[in-house]
Amino acid sequence: MPALPGVGYGEEIARLQRRLEELRGEESPTVAWKTVQAARAQGRPQTLEYLSHLAPDFIELHGDRLAGDDPAIVGGVGSVAGKAMVFLGHQKGRDLKERQQRNFGMARPEGYRKAQRLALLAERHSLPVVCLIDTPGAFPGVEAERGGQAGAIARTLQVFAGLQSPTVAFVIGEGGSGGALALGLCDRVFMLETAIYSVISPEACAALVWRDASEAPRAAEALHLTAPDLLTLGVIDGIISEPRRGVAGQARVMSRRLKRTLSSSLEELGAVPPEVRRRLRRQRYLNLGVFAG
Amino acid sequence: MLDSGEARVVDGPADVCVEACPHCERLVLPEVLKASLNVCPLCGYHRPLSALERIAQLADLGGWDEVGSDLQPLDPLGFRDLRPYRDRIRAAQASTGLREAFVGGRCNILQQPAALGVFDFRFLGGSMGSVVGEAIIRLVNRAVADRVTLVMVTSSGGARMQEGILSLMQMAKTVVALEDLRASRLPFISVLADPTTGGVLASVATLADVIIAEPGAFLSFAGPRVIEQTTREKLPEGFGRAEESLSYGQVDMVVPRSELKRRIAALIVLLQGGEETRIRKVGSDEKRPWWRSGTLGRTAARAEELARPARSWLRRGDS
Ligand SMILES: [Zn+2]
Repeated sequence: MPALPGVGYGEEIARLQRRLEELRGEESPTVAWKTVQAARAQGRPQTLEYLSHLAPDFIELHGDRLAGDDPAIVGGVGSVAGKAMVFLGHQKGRDLKERQQRNFGMARPEGYRKAQRLALLAERHSLPVVCLIDTPGAFPGVEAERGGQAGAIARTLQVFAGLQSPTVAFVIGEGGSGGALALGLCDRVFMLETAIYSVISPEACAALVWRDASEAPRAAEALHLTAPDLLTLGVIDGIISEPRRGVAGQARVMSRRLKRTLSSSLEELGAVPPEVRRRLRRQRYLNLGVFAG
Repeated sequence: MLDSGEARVVDGPADVCVEACPHCERLVLPEVLKASLNVCPLCGYHRPLSALERIAQLADLGGWDEVGSDLQPLDPLGFRDLRPYRDRIRAAQASTGLREAFVGGRCNILQQPAALGVFDFRFLGGSMGSVVGEAIIRLVNRAVADRVTLVMVTSSGGARMQEGILSLMQMAKTVVALEDLRASRLPFISVLADPTTGGVLASVATLADVIIAEPGAFLSFAGPRVIEQTTREKLPEGFGRAEESLSYGQVDMVVPRSELKRRIAALIVLLQGGEETRIRKVGSDEKRPWWRSGTLGRTAARAEELARPARSWLRRGDS
């Protein structure tokens, strides 16, 4: 088992692990697959909805200053409890028209470059960065590849790795592969109870190893992509619980919960000098991995 | 995941063994292939290399000091599809003779000190799991400790699916480690071999100071099938190939294998403020196919170098 990241979270982790063990007891083979479906459900609150509750004074900022503006990633400035911060998040879109316009939350290189720009803007003005992750993955398209999709993701990771600002990420729905990780290399990472975070979609995984996309439920189980899974693997710091009937239509309630976790995280992170924070962030990611030797 | 394009071995007349080029399908003598660094002398196709073949082509003889040789893969998720992950690891280890999909070590490249890391596509598609991530970190640390250039040759299908989210996190891990290299102002040269895709391309491979691609190498974050399925369009001719990446500004240069070692050495010298003439000049062969430019003696020297049993000198101390 890898070292658990985070400081001062021992008790929280112990509590959640006890809860996780309870959940494991009643686990059926379809729990992971049900979670995948819940994480992708259309009624789930998305980034802009959360921001309207979390930071009512949010002002959206556009463009990567090079080639365009990617509507799949939104970003801007706003304040939570009187404290200004930079927000970044994937926006999948609501109705079909918005979903198409936002490319279902699948970002192109200009989206990742916008994220870099706004993260560096936050650093210049000593603001924290808050990321809301909800994407099937980076957009797989010819123009995106020619425009440097891989390099754009890599450089976003690089910017977040070296950022002076405190950073907090929430996986609010679907955490799909590199496109999700691009906004996820943060000091603190949390997942909503029915969010998922995975290296590959269960369908693609099933198609590759079972040679049958209909084995996706089995792949979902095998991939260990639920919030409790990621907590035990030491990849995330905590789980934001959801109302019993799920998050659909619960943006206000969930925003309050996000706000609580965000405020306490920023308080902790703010108590540490930037250099120490960067060192702890570095250590957190260097510790991830399971191997012998 | 991409296939490595194994060559057909065809029986020739009498006791002559010839191999068909996977690209032009013409027959080539294995000795000729070996002398030509596994590049088809007829069509210039750059065949895949094992990690050890690549190291033998790039590292000066005798001074290989392997880093991370004690690392062994585990099965953190107990992943099981049609076959348990543990079995897949064992099979890959048996068929390649390697512990994992990445081999790294300290060496010299034309007398220029370097930390050289090479992916092996034959080992589960060169995928990056916990061991590959850790091996890269140790190699970066070694480069920083010895104050030498980092050189990385990639060929990878991306993340190691069977290690789930931990394999995705290797992207973050390797990027974080590279910050130390940057802070130490040490050069980083990346060589993208066929194919370099997914999480490896979207982390270490593209964060180098200079990115070299091998001719014809397929370079793409998303897999070709995924792109076709998502966009419902057939991929344009030459899509994602090294030459196209060069024209779109994604790599610095496309360098034929015959010139690779010299080019890397020259870059190491220049990026550290020296004069390129410190490396013996032989003139650029780039405009001509390598098999018409090299002297016979040079080719023979290559062949001799390759004929040495790579494994014996690769197995030296560790750090
Ligand atoms: Zn050929």
